[in-house]
Amino acid sequence: MSGPRDRPDNRQRAATRLIAAAFTVTILSALGLAAVYVAGGQVQAEGALLASSLAGLGAGLVMWAAHLLPAGSVIGPREPLESTPQEREDFEQAFEHGEELLARRRFLVRMLGAAAGALGIAALFPIRSLGPSPGRSLTTTAWRKGLRLTTQSGDPVNIADLQVGGVLTVFPAGHPSAATAQTLLIRVEPGRLRPRAGRERWSPIGYVAYSKICTHAGCPVGLYRADDHRLLCPCHQSTFDVLDGAKPVFGPATRSLPQLPLAVDGDGYLVAQSDFTEPIGPSFWNRS
Amino acid sequence: MARFVDDRLRASRFAQTALSKIFPDHWSFMIGEIALYCLLILVLTGTYLAFFFTASGRKVVYHGSYAPLQGQTMSVAYKSVLDISFDVRAGLVMRQIHHWAALIFVAAIIVHLCRVFFTGAFRRPRELNWMVGITLLVLAMANGFTGYSLPDDQLSGTGLRIAFSIVESVPVVGTWIAFLLFDGNFPSTEIISRFFVFHVMLVPGLLFAVLGGHLAILWHQKHTQFAAPGRTEDNIEGSRLWPTYALRSVGLFFLVFAVCAALGGLAQVNAVWLYGPFRPAAVSAASQPDWYIGWLEGALRLMPPWEIRAFGHTVPNPFFPGIVLPGITFTLLYLWPFLEARVTHDHDVHHLLDRPRDRPFRTGFGAGALTFFMVLFLAGGNDVLADTFSLSLYAMTNVLRVALVVLPPSVGFVAYRLCKELSRGPVKPLGGPVGYRVRRTATGRYEDVEPPP
Repeated sequence: MSGPRDRPDNRQRAATRLIAAAFTVTILSALGLAAVYVAGGQVQAEGALLASSLAGLGAGLVMWAAHLLPAGSVIGPREPLESTPQEREDFEQAFEHGEELLARRRFLVRMLGAAAGALGIAALFPIRSLGPSPGRSLTTTAWRKGLRLTTQSGDPVNIADLQVGGVLTVFPAGHPSAATAQTLLIRVEPGRLRPRAGRERWSPIGYVAYSKICTHAGCPVGLYRADDHRLLCPCHQSTFDVLDGAKPVFGPATRSLPQLPLAVDGDGYLVAQSDFTEPIGPSFWNRS
Repeated sequence: MARFVDDRLRASRFAQTALSKIFPDHWSFMIGEIALYCLLILVLTGTYLAFFFTASGRKVVYHGSYAPLQGQTMSVAYKSVLDISFDVRAGLVMRQIHHWAALIFVAAIIVHLCRVFFTGAFRRPRELNWMVGITLLVLAMANGFTGYSLPDDQLSGTGLRIAFSIVESVPVVGTWIAFLLFDGNFPSTEIISRFFVFHVMLVPGLLFAVLGGHLAILWHQKHTQFAAPGRTEDNIEGSRLWPTYALRSVGLFFLVFAVCAALGGLAQVNAVWLYGPFRPAAVSAASQPDWYIGWLEGALRLMPPWEIRAFGHTVPNPFFPGIVLPGITFTLLYLWPFLEARVTHDHDVHHLLDRPRDRPFRTGFGAGALTFFMVLFLAGGNDVLADTFSLSLYAMTNVLRVALVVLPPSVGFVAYRLCKELSRGPVKPLGGPVGYRVRRTATGRYEDVEPPP
């Protein structure tokens, strides 16, 4: 039977040359890659040379399959995928024979089931070690009565520090990395605020503070537009109205940002009157 | 050496059957292989990265070679990724090839899913392998998410916060699951090392086991083929595994690897040094997850502010786009072969594929579904879109909300009609030209030569 070697075909000769060229590209690129590495490495060169090295191999192999191997396809049979009745019956007999032998011991089979079930359930208990119970950590933060508001670097905030329209991220004094206590301090024109019932004394001199953790999915509400006193969460665009108790006015958030009650201490520094009066952050099942 | 093995395993008969196995030759049948080879590339590059990555949330001060972050406090994990990127020779190219291969991996799986869907390859007897495939998609997305969260940078940390909130939103047990998974409230120092275990051990283990099943079933059942003259439900036409198909397939592997290598070296991706280490009180606008999570992100953004509050309990807003939507999506995906069989009353074995135009309802439904996820994907970048086209963010969001409801059925309907038109007409008919053969008689009449088909 004659093959490609016996009858040199122009096309096959051209293909052979191309494939050899492709493999040569691979060899040269591989050498180049090694050289680049030894010389200190460079990410673009590494990627390009690795790519050309691999592409040479890949192209060569694909061309070989396309041009140097006999063309055309073959046809073969497809056996049915269902078992023959005899095969199925043989299996059923073998299985049922064993099953009968075991099923005679009904009591023991039930005990086996109870044993496996009990062990299986007991084996799940170590999962409890993975973490603490939610407990009170979703409903309280590090804020306490009398704690000063401080910046992330620990400096307390004086009432003269912020101009009207300014916003600052603050933490409780002594807890600069208490992530759940992150709070936005905003200064608005006094009298513009429309405090909720019972919150009239929470915002001295136009300073108002809200939890920075978005009540939708927990991202920090990092964007403030002073013109219309709107806080925007960049994650899903929940928008809160600072003048109206940080009520959500757009986006998927359903709850206002919890408000931190503020006061001014004897030295003119802002302090908290207490912790937030409701859980901060996103809702959860037990949050009524 | 082959003789050595054969003398001990009697492998010759199996090897002969294997080598002469026939694989149908259509380019679209190679998409699944692209996914497979991406996985191989991920394992190779990932193993290399794992030697240099440290999965620890412990805080440390940076004194490495990337000047802008000198003196900054960061996790050991983030620092190790900076070291890989700047101080390990070939580290950055490995990291970027790894990330690009992950992006292409999920894309290839989804394109492969679409090919299987629109050609009806999931019908009996391949329903099982379809479900195996959907499982692979879920595992691939899970590994992608855990993987890009490992560097503990500002962007992926924001994504972790959202993930925590979504888990927390599950009724009754949500807060418990979240606290067990993260070892406490967010932010957690433990989540990086736990995600590392998922990303490097648990999910890849499952992936390879399930993938083995996927390939074994495919091998055993043989691949499907498009209808053509000479092809029936009882035969298979194509190339033999050895040498033709093997050569072509291995060639494809190298070409896929070449593309990943080119992207990894020339196209920057996940430049975590630009995002900075994760700080819980910081966030940046235009925070988007990797593309295959985009539909979930868009759903979170488009969801109106609805929440269920009753009897002292809350079903939080993120639960619906974050848990219910993917729950319904994957349930529908898993059950599709059985749902379609029930509606079409078609329980026959099929080894011949449909052309999409021959199944107008399925194709229309699929087109509508793809449109639905496309709108969600775009919504995931609504702030970027609004900024790019100088549109109001709120208007953009509302337009997308309307589009989500209106576009999918419209596109589905158009696709349905297109299919009907195409399958009626003479374009690319199956099995040869369509029409009659007529003969003109001496008197000028036309008469049929053969009865019409």
